[in-house]
Order: sequence, then C-alpha cells, then structure tokens
Amino acid sequence: MSVIFVLILVSMVVAGLFLGAFFWAVRSGQYDDTYTPSVRMLFEAPTEEKSSEDKEEKKDQSPSK
Amino acid sequence: MFTVQEKKVTEKTLCYHCGDPCEDDAIHFANKSFCCAGCKAVFEILEDNGLLAYYQLENKPGNTVKPVDSDKFSYLDNELILERLLDFSSERVQKVSFLIPSIHCSSCIWLLENLSRLHPGVSHSVVNFIKKTATITFDPHRISLRRLVELLDRMGYPPSISLETGERKKENQYTKRLSMKIGLAAFCFGNVMLLSFPEYLGLTGETGEFGEFFSYLNIFLALPVLLYSASDYFISAWKGLREYFINIDVPIALGMITLFSRSVYEIAFQVGPGYLDSFTGFVFFLLVGKWFQGKTYQSLSFERDYKSYFPLAVTRVGNNSRVSVPIEQLRVGDVIEIRNQEIIPADGLLVSEQANLDYSFVTGEANSVPVNKGKTVYAGGRQVGEKILLKIKKKTDQSYLTELWNGDSFKKATTGQYKHLVDRVSQYFTLIVLLVAISAAAYWYFQSGGKTWEVFTAVLIVACPCALALSSPFTYGSVVRVLGRNRFYLKSADVVEQLSRIDHIVFDKTGTITQNEGSGVVYHGVKLTSGLTKRIAVLAENSSHPLSRKVYDFLNEQDGQIPAPRDFREIAGKGISAWIEDDFLKLGSADFVGVEEPGDINVTRVFLSVNGICHGHFEVRSHYRSGMSGLVRRLARQKVPMSILSGDNEGERPHLQKIFPPHTTMSFRQDPQQKMDFVKELQAKRQSVLMAGDGLNDAGALQQSNVGIAVSDDLATFSPACDGILSGDKLTLLDKFLKLSSTANGVVIVSFVISLLYNLIGVSFAVSGLLTPIFAAILMPLSSISVVLFTTLSIKLVSVNLRLS
Repeated sequence: MSVIFVLILVSMVVAGLFLGAFFWAVRSGQYDDTYTPSVRMLFEAPTEEKSSEDKEEKKDQSPSK
Repeated sequence: MFTVQEKKVTEKTLCYHCGDPCEDDAIHFANKSFCCAGCKAVFEILEDNGLLAYYQLENKPGNTVKPVDSDKFSYLDNELILERLLDFSSERVQKVSFLIPSIHCSSCIWLLENLSRLHPGVSHSVVNFIKKTATITFDPHRISLRRLVELLDRMGYPPSISLETGERKKENQYTKRLSMKIGLAAFCFGNVMLLSFPEYLGLTGETGEFGEFFSYLNIFLALPVLLYSASDYFISAWKGLREYFINIDVPIALGMITLFSRSVYEIAFQVGPGYLDSFTGFVFFLLVGKWFQGKTYQSLSFERDYKSYFPLAVTRVGNNSRVSVPIEQLRVGDVIEIRNQEIIPADGLLVSEQANLDYSFVTGEANSVPVNKGKTVYAGGRQVGEKILLKIKKKTDQSYLTELWNGDSFKKATTGQYKHLVDRVSQYFTLIVLLVAISAAAYWYFQSGGKTWEVFTAVLIVACPCALALSSPFTYGSVVRVLGRNRFYLKSADVVEQLSRIDHIVFDKTGTITQNEGSGVVYHGVKLTSGLTKRIAVLAENSSHPLSRKVYDFLNEQDGQIPAPRDFREIAGKGISAWIEDDFLKLGSADFVGVEEPGDINVTRVFLSVNGICHGHFEVRSHYRSGMSGLVRRLARQKVPMSILSGDNEGERPHLQKIFPPHTTMSFRQDPQQKMDFVKELQAKRQSVLMAGDGLNDAGALQQSNVGIAVSDDLATFSPACDGILSGDKLTLLDKFLKLSSTANGVVIVSFVISLLYNLIGVSFAVSGLLTPIFAAILMPLSSISVVLFTTLSIKLVSVNLRLS
C-alpha cells in the first residue's frame, strides 16, 4: 500500500505543473483579450498570406537546385 | 415660389460602405451607392489593395468618414509628443497602441489587422476588440506616426489620442493578480478536498499512517492559500482596525486565522484531521465573489479630467512659420491657429475679425456665441466656422475654466466617509460572535475544563461570515451586469448601493434632458413667398431668443437686401413684431398673434401673422429626449424630488415647467461652481443626490454628488469623471434602474438573514461541542452556494419584472 505515497506525490507534481502553466498563461496576457482571437481565427485569408506565398516560392525553388 | 420643406431622407438606398441612408447627392461607383466621398474613398483604397473581403464579413461595416483638415494631425511630427505616445521606439521599429472607439464589428478587426497590406511600412497590427485598441508595429522610415494616424483616420478609424494610459495598466495588473490568486486557491482547495476524503469515510489505513501523511500534505497545500491568496483580507482587516473600524474583513480574517491555527494544532498533536478543506474552500469562494463583483468596462474611462478633452498640441503661428507645439509649452503672447471644430486650449484674445464659439460643453449654453476681434475667448470653447487666430493670454492650466476644475473642491472624493451596508452589519456581527464564543467557552470551562478552547475556536470557525461576505458581491455584481446590458455602465459595484439610496435627482439641461442634435423646425400654413421668407428672416435675426434663432436658422436666408425693420419690439415671453418694408410682421406665441393654441404641449409653436392675418406657424420640434416627460411623470409619482440646473438662459423655463412637477427647483445661468454648491447644499440637508450631466460644466457636480452619471449619446466620446456612463437613449429607463438598485438592497438584506440562519445552526452545534470537520466542510459551501443562487436568481427575476433586457 505504500505505493500510494509515491502516487500521491507524483500526482501533486503533475497538478503543480498545470498550476504553473496557468500562472504562465495569466502572466503572458492570454486572458487579456478573450474575444478577438475567436473572431480572428474565422477570417478566410490569414494576415500571413504573403509570407506563406514566400514559403511556397522557396519550396518551388529548392528542388530545382 | 418657395416652399418650406422638412429635409427629407430618402430611405431607399443605403451607403454600401457605412450603411447610412444616401441623400439625393449619393455617389454611384462600381454599381454601388455611397453616401459621401469619404466612404467611396475608403472603398477604393480597399479595392485597390484587394481587401474587399471587408464587406463580406459583415453587412455595411464601415464608419462614416468625415472630411478633415489636412494638418489636423501635424502635431504628431513633434518629437516630444511622439516620445510620450510610443510604447517602444528604435531606429527601424516603432510600436504604438491606439484607442480606436469606432471599432465595432469583426470587419473592423479584419481590416485593422490587415493594415500591413494597405501600407508596406506597417509590419504588424493586433486588435483588442473588448478594449477597442489596436497595437501597431511599424517602420518609422517608411511611414511616420502622423501618416499612420492619417491613414487610420481616412479609413474611418480615427484613434483617440490622449496621454492617459498609465492607469489602465495598473488595473490590468490587479485583475491578473486576482486570477492567479483564484487559480492557486482552486488548486489547493481541490487537492485538500481530495486528501481529506479518506478521513470523511474513515479510510485512514489500519494504523492511520495515511491520515497523518495526508494531513501534513494538507498543511503544505494550505500555506500558500493563507500567505498569498488570502493576503488581501488580512491587509484590509488590519487597515480597518488601525482606523478603529471593524469592516467585514475583520471577522473573515479572524475566522481564517482560527481555522488555520486550530487545524495545524489538531494535526500536530494528532487530535484530529483539522478544517483545512473548509479553509481553502472558504478563501476560494470569497475570491470568486470578488472576481464577480469586479466586472469592469475596459473600453470606457471613468476618470477623465479636462486634460483629455483638450488637444495635445496646437499650431503656433510665427512671422513666417507654423509649428505645432504641445499645449503645455504655449507661452503668453503666442499666436495660435484654431480650425473649424477645434477646441481652444487656453484663454486668449481674438486676433481674427470674428469667431463663432460653441461653449455648450463647458458652460451648458445651447447656442454658439459670436465673438468680435480683440475680445477674450475662453479655453474649452469650440470654434465653429472658419479658422481663427488667437493670442494667448494665460497658460492652459491657469485659464479661467481649467482653474475652476483644478480647484481642490473638484477633486474631493465622495466615497470616503461612506460605510457599506455589509461593513455596518459586520461591526455588530463581530461583537456578537466574540461574545457568544467567550460565553460558550466560559460555560465549558466551569463544566469540564477540556472543551474550553475547542468550543471557543469552533464558534469562531463556524461563524466565519463567508455567505455574508458573498451576499453583496453577487447581488451588486448581477445588477452591474443587468445595467450594462441596458447600456448603463457603472464604475464599480459599490455604485449600486449608492444608487439605492438616492432621494434627489438633479438634471443638467443642455445635452442631458435636451439633445444637442436633432431639433427640427417645420412650417405649417399658407405657403410663403420668397420675399416674405426673407422678411421673416430679417425679423427673426433681430432677436436673440432661442426660438427666433431656430426659425432664422431654418429659413436659411442671408440676403442683405431687405432694409432693417422699423419699430422693432420684443415682448419677453410673448414674441417679436416690426414693420418690414410695407408689412407688419408678428412672430410669437398664439395669444400674441391672436389665435387659439392647439392642445399638444410637447411641441413648441411660433405663430406668424402678416398685417394681422395669421399665416401659419413654425413647429419647433421638441429637442427634448423622447420619453423624457414619461420618465419625469414616473419619477414624480414615486415622489422623488427633482431639480434642474442649467448653464443656459431661461428661454426653456416655460417648456420645462410643463414637463416637470410644480415644486421642481429650476436654476439657470449656473456656472460649474454654482452647480457643485447646489449639490452640496442638498447634501447638507442629508439628501442623497444623483446628478445626471454631460459636459465639463457638470464635472464638479458629478464629483460632488453621491452618484454622478454622465449621459452620453456617443459612448466613445469624451465624458467627464463620473460614477457611471449612461447611453443617452436609455436615460428614460432611469426610474427602472433606481428601482432595480433599491430592490437589490432588499435582496442583500434577505441574503444576510439567510446566511445568519446558517450561522445560527452552525453556532448551536459549536457551542454544544459537536462541530466536526465534515460538518463544517458541508455547511460552509452549502450556505455560500445557497446565498449565491438566491441573490443572482432574484436579481434576474426582478430585472425581468421591470422589463430590463
């Protein structure tokens, strides 16, 4: 039964990691704006359109080399 | 022939860009209609850059674009101002955050975040919809801040530029810290609960070794809750005690300390499992209540002073130079240029021939005032018409009006001496709890020594006012949300409690019960010839009465060919008459002209007679907010005394007397100081005053009153410092808002009773020495949850009953 001691401690550590993740998320401002991202993800053309085009061009070039 | 017609709006076509109705002069372009050149220009910009998806995301998403002067933003070239506005600046990268009040839909987000496609100089932009801000990173070599702002302005997203940003960051820090405290408390509460469970069921292993291990783990988990999550309550209780005042946090702190120390004692001496599950749960529930109460409106500002009303900079005109300077750097003797619709930043002498100044926001005068060369113009006025030149007489902070606002009395906080209902209850509560605890302990001391301390601490634990402390946050928090849905935005939940005690309402006139825009004049009667129209205009021009001004503006004649009137007479409160050319004209009230007044009182009529024959009347549409008389009637029925303070002249007195009950106090030509003194006088008579105002002239009175409400037609524009911002079209719901708040107070009292009942049950167990950890762990959440449910549900019910959305 003493395995319970180990299990409890391990579970505490795992839960503690999640608590740490929550702290990090709050500090880095992920809860500052809870609305805009929900709209942003629905836009058809992402703002990075140009850069993705660039990448495709690079891909096209790389096999020819 | 000249026919007088109401300006009609053709409702058929709506602007493709902004959705405003297009008038006759609509612009047709690419098979689409636009209401103005500005909207069409935005469409073209978007079309050229392949951003037409803007119109697919939402229907007619744009903002109407107002044409602006080309150097409106020239002050943004000034290094000093740049430095203060930029969040970050380096050689190649600059970052700036703008508040853009016109952000209103998902298309706005899309367009503003695609700014980089409109201008290559912009590298990145992020919109925060709730705060209505856009953070833009750009390359100063390719686009200057000024060009960036001009670009935004051209698209109909003018940023509101001011220097008040520091405060918001602080508030943001507070909410972040609160969320972390709640997160920590929730984490510890959950784990302690889990570890306490075996104890409840008596499963602590054959020798109890698990029980001991779990208990020590519980102490380890409860420590951060005590030291971090609960710290605010200890600080607040200590602050209260230092001022010899027992606030609600005192019994809370007392209960928490007792809970924790008794638990540690029980665990250390292996007497029992302790109450750490109750302790952590208690802190968690309290913090959730705090969070619920702390609902804030991030895009609104309640703390503005005159500085955010003034421009950041003005154009200084030298011998042959024009520089834009920050207003703090203006010196006496500088000559500055003020363009149409710009605000005068400092008292000065008029250098130009004539100015036409609108002081409505600072003094409450409804009509603009013409000023001649050499006369003094006061800071805060808005020039309407051509641009003017001024010579500065006093610096901005020493100007007549700013000095008034700077007065110490205007800054006085009003909430200082006020005690919350819950704090007043807690004083008695704490004393009674201590009394019960001591007498119970004394009883057990004489009965059998062993249980003295046990009973004493048990009473303190079980009487810990968790449910009591949750009553008002949840009640007032729900009210704030209901009011917010009805576009009445409160600064904090405390304002609800103040609202419930209001027994005198003071209205400002201009802009609050009257609307600045939307007053209209319609002519009814015999058709007027163009010659007669000109003659009436000349007659009306000679009078400064507001109604004459309105008739004159409506006729829109500026022909100077008509000779001046002869034998001009103005009879106060009646009308005007004069001989003009060969006609004797009379303009005025019905009995002045000699006809019957029709019954409807909500319209003001100016009758016209020519040579003794009545031709018809001008109907001056009441520019009072619609539904105002209904609101006044309902308030009068509830016997709430009302007063009107106006910075304007007495022109409207007869009309106001028709709407308001007979004993209403009406004061006209009130300056900001007098308005504030009036509120003070009422308060000296122990009345709780609600002040509804809109302009800077009300700023002092809004601060002084118990609840100051800024009424605003456009929530994005400037409003003075206040306790709440109310959308103009919802002013007529004021009586319902007041009713809801006073019912809320009743709800709080009932929930106090509920929580006290729980306490009574708990205490009766505690004094008889029967309190067990499992009992405490059930009773505490049960009482809290029932109070939360009761308060939120009853507020919901009341608001449905009042037909508030």
